[in-house]
Amino acid sequence: MTLKLVYFAWVRERIGRGEEEAQPPPEVATVRDLVTWLKTRGEEYAHAFETDGLVRAAIDHVHVKPDAALAGAREVAFFPPMTGG
Amino acid sequence: MTPTVSVQREDFDLATEIDALTAGGRDAGAVASFVGLCRDEGGRLAALELEHYPGMADAELRRVAEEAAGRWPLGALTIIHRYGIIRPGGRIVLVAAAASHREPAFAAAAFMMDYLKTRAPFWKREHLADGTLGPWIDAKAADDAAAERWEE
Repeated sequence: MTLKLVYFAWVRERIGRGEEEAQPPPEVATVRDLVTWLKTRGEEYAHAFETDGLVRAAIDHVHVKPDAALAGAREVAFFPPMTGG
Repeated sequence: MTPTVSVQREDFDLATEIDALTAGGRDAGAVASFVGLCRDEGGRLAALELEHYPGMADAELRRVAEEAAGRWPLGALTIIHRYGIIRPGGRIVLVAAAASHREPAFAAAAFMMDYLKTRAPFWKREHLADGTLGPWIDAKAADDAAAERWEE
């Protein structure tokens, strides 16, 4: 599975890039699994996801919960709670 | 009814948008609009910087507008949200709803603001008056509560 990952605001700053391609192992089935896997990849990811449940996610431009399945996903976004308006 | 949704760097003109909202017919008896502005926070801020998620921002604003259209009898809807650097006094966001009567127009405008605050993928960062870059603004629990009141 190849995913495009995109990051915004302080999540982007902590990870140090706005987007990347990732190939998580097959046991990574949900958004929560993906976060757990990313946190093993380096300090920058551990820092971005250090507070459980704070960072929000979207799959292909639609908000999702941590238990959302990654099957069929092309682009997964991670970002802080939104502050528009 | 197809809502008008725009995510743009450029400023917008309120009168032009309201005229466009009611241009399609003569059955609108009410237009309610809300414009969100950049505050200077007592002189502390030089500007707000708004980052957005291109593609999803448009899609999410459209979902918010369509949700409003499903809840109230509306003639037309407009949502415009800007991104980039916005100075104090500058316009950030417009929501406007046209309806036969005032109640659905007011309700739809309030609903769209409450919903987009917690759902539209935009993030504000402060640029301070002393020329330094300030922090990303934290989301407010009050905004979540405002959005949740529509779930009842």
